[in-house]
Amino acid sequence: MTLLDFINFYLVPGIVLGSIYAVGAIGITLVFGILRFAHFAHGDMATLGAFIALALVATGMDPWVALPAAMAITAAVAIGVDRTFYDYLAKRPKIVTVMASLGVALMLRSVVQVVWGVDPTTYVTGIVRPEEYFGILLRPRELYTLGAVVLIVVALELFLRKSKWGKAMRAMSDNPDLARLSGVDNRMVTMLTWAIVGALCAASGFMLGINTEIHSMMGWHLLLPMFAAAILGGVGRVQGAVLGGLVVGIAEELSVFILPAQYKAATAFALLLLILLVRPRGLLNGKVL
Amino acid sequence: MDIIGLANYAVFMAILIGIYALLALGLNIQWGFSGLFNAGIAGFFAIGAYTSAILTSLPAAHRLGGFELPLLLGWAGAMVVAAAIAWPIGKICLRFRSDYLAIATIGVAEIIRLVIRTEGWLTGGVRGITGVPRPFGDLPYMQSQLAYLALVVVLVLAAYLLVERQLKAPWGRMMRAIRDNENAAAAMGKRVAERRLQAFVFGSALMGLAGALFVHFNRSITPEAIDPMIATFLIWIMLILGGSGNNRGAILGAAVIWIIWSVSEILTDRLPTEIAIQAKYVRVFIIGLTLQLVLRFRPEGILPERQHGTSPPRS
Repeated sequence: MTLLDFINFYLVPGIVLGSIYAVGAIGITLVFGILRFAHFAHGDMATLGAFIALALVATGMDPWVALPAAMAITAAVAIGVDRTFYDYLAKRPKIVTVMASLGVALMLRSVVQVVWGVDPTTYVTGIVRPEEYFGILLRPRELYTLGAVVLIVVALELFLRKSKWGKAMRAMSDNPDLARLSGVDNRMVTMLTWAIVGALCAASGFMLGINTEIHSMMGWHLLLPMFAAAILGGVGRVQGAVLGGLVVGIAEELSVFILPAQYKAATAFALLLLILLVRPRGLLNGKVL
Repeated sequence: MDIIGLANYAVFMAILIGIYALLALGLNIQWGFSGLFNAGIAGFFAIGAYTSAILTSLPAAHRLGGFELPLLLGWAGAMVVAAAIAWPIGKICLRFRSDYLAIATIGVAEIIRLVIRTEGWLTGGVRGITGVPRPFGDLPYMQSQLAYLALVVVLVLAAYLLVERQLKAPWGRMMRAIRDNENAAAAMGKRVAERRLQAFVFGSALMGLAGALFVHFNRSITPEAIDPMIATFLIWIMLILGGSGNNRGAILGAAVIWIIWSVSEILTDRLPTEIAIQAKYVRVFIIGLTLQLVLRFRPEGILPERQHGTSPPRS
């Protein structure tokens, strides 16, 4: 196998998959870091986002134009879910909210299954041939995906570092009591977090959908790699989630060298256990709850 | 439906309720007494089912097994293997908050599902395992069902009494102390992670036993027999609705939820085909919603946890 083959058949798919995981893992790390619980409805929220985009595409929109709209709608859904199902559990132990989120996962999935059915589908039909850039084969959708991920990550980093509300979110993540004492509006930060998380869910679901296919279980299968990525990078660290996502994505593609292909999905789990065993704070020194 | 048919159905339901009650008791040890979030119940159930099936079934050409071991060995094997899988997971994850255990157990259930589908030499792959012996299987249908029901009832009762005994013992008090205030319990010299590990392993073993009981009742098992997420979630709602921390509540919850779940299945099956498929998902939506409602309006469940150690005020 030449180096170019390795890049084209293992590294590039790994990076594309990894950047999709990264977008989802950022959402997980934000909820884990700021609201302090493991959000199990994350994957199924991504499914919902992917299907909302599908509904928009069905009206004749271009998929990449439908993406921002689907992100906005899913953001609203996420805020609604928080208000309806998580908010009133705030005073109870956090693990109760984790359980509620598992219930929400089931509810979101069944909504998708009732409305759109269970058959796999795609945004656009037809085979797209990859184009060659210096020997590296890339499909346009893969280029767009990578571009969109870079755009999302840079925008989010700028928001968290420069804006007032972004700083408030980081303050809540670092020390909630101190943040509240300094006058950070808890409710506003929570709402903002869910808006961002919902939008990120839709983006990851959409990008997985456009690179593979859309079906009602796609998000559930994203959940484990996304959690592995978030914990691998360090809970609460956005760059960590990106790094973790790429590591998990590439590791999954490379796992076929040592494991039968059916066990690709087990790679994320193995990485998760390994990092919990040797370095629970994650690569970039995040939180341990 | 005539009387005989109805009685047959009632016995069938009662056996399944008993199996679910065992699962709910297992979860009660983990969640009710120790606050451990196991989101992979179906995985431990499947492990128990497959282990017992492999150990006791008739030989078959395409897979391992056919050891034709006695039933009791199959059950013991189911419990041991389920416990052996729970142990390393608990060992790694129980040092942290329960969220991590929840993630890891979701992973375990997924991996177990993958292994069952992929490793045909071990589990028969998608064909599954057939020819699993059933105790009292040679009797006529009704007697056989009744005898199996008696067996399940005895096992549930034994599990109930043992768990109840354990709960009243110092061990149970210690577990609740750890659940309610981990730091205080640690300050009293309790080894928190080790105790949690015990509870996790015990509970998982019980789930393995439930799997074994299911496979001998069903006489066969395939990867499609259990939908991991829905099975896991049903057990959770059984325990939460019945009353977590209360063993009788766990059993009651198993009965209530299983009856509602199966009766609603009978009702939706009578709908026209186009709606029936959607109705299946509406039922899943409703159990998700039920959990939210219970968590919101009656978090202690139907039978709340009894407060041990505080005697009621006497006049």
